[in-house]
Amino acid sequence: MIFLKAFIVGGLICTVGQILIDKTKLTPARILVTFVVLGVFLQLLRVYEPLVNFAGAGATVPLTGFGYNLCKGAAKAVSEQGFLGIFTGGFTSSAGGIAAALIFGFLVSVIFRSKPKK
Amino acid sequence: MKNDMTNKEYNEYIKTKTPNSKIFSNCAKAFLIGGIICVIGQCLMWLYEKWGLDKESAGTCASITLIFFGALLTGLDIYPKIAKFAGAGTIVPITGFANSVVSPALEAKTEGMVLGVGAKIFTIAGPVILYGIFASAIAGTVYWIISLF
Repeated sequence: MIFLKAFIVGGLICTVGQILIDKTKLTPARILVTFVVLGVFLQLLRVYEPLVNFAGAGATVPLTGFGYNLCKGAAKAVSEQGFLGIFTGGFTSSAGGIAAALIFGFLVSVIFRSKPKK
Repeated sequence: MKNDMTNKEYNEYIKTKTPNSKIFSNCAKAFLIGGIICVIGQCLMWLYEKWGLDKESAGTCASITLIFFGALLTGLDIYPKIAKFAGAGTIVPITGFANSVVSPALEAKTEGMVLGVGAKIFTIAGPVILYGIFASAIAGTVYWIISLF
């Protein structure tokens, strides 16, 4: 059941992105930034967590989920460290994802060659 | 048709001629592929939890695995082909983030390892991290102010 919910919610979030691309000509880079920031603020309004509980990876795999994680990290760090948490929270919660993207991104760049565009 | 249309008029003209069904089919493709990537993520989470990881770690590991495959499939030139079909269905999931990290770095390889790969790997990752972290700091500030009362 959770798999079906993940499919539908994840698919819908991607559809929102597609509508933005087709209707507003937002570039993919802007879509990525918009979705991450949107995820942060949706979680700040406590809207995103219920969606994560409902749809699991359907809400965490899209980049809004990355933003959700950033916001959750900020909340946790502030509750543990106070003011300092404002600075440490974001990177602490996103460390795994950012490091993985850089590490695998670098390895792939070293190993593979860019294919000529057709 | 007149030839002296401005760009704007031409765009308007194209808009009236482009069938709405194009957007509909784009959305259907994005829904399908985006949904499938999320289901794969859900399967990975389920697997990692079964292997004894707690919910949070399982989620992080699932993300890292998806990032790995996003990067690898970009290197193999498979991801861009799926992207051509699925549009936002491949951009919005975390695999799209991995793709956007790898593809500029890969193209900049001829410019050297430091200012080529090293700098260009942040072409899209940079803005995402900057605005993501900045937004999290705003959120953190809100949480901090609330905690004062």
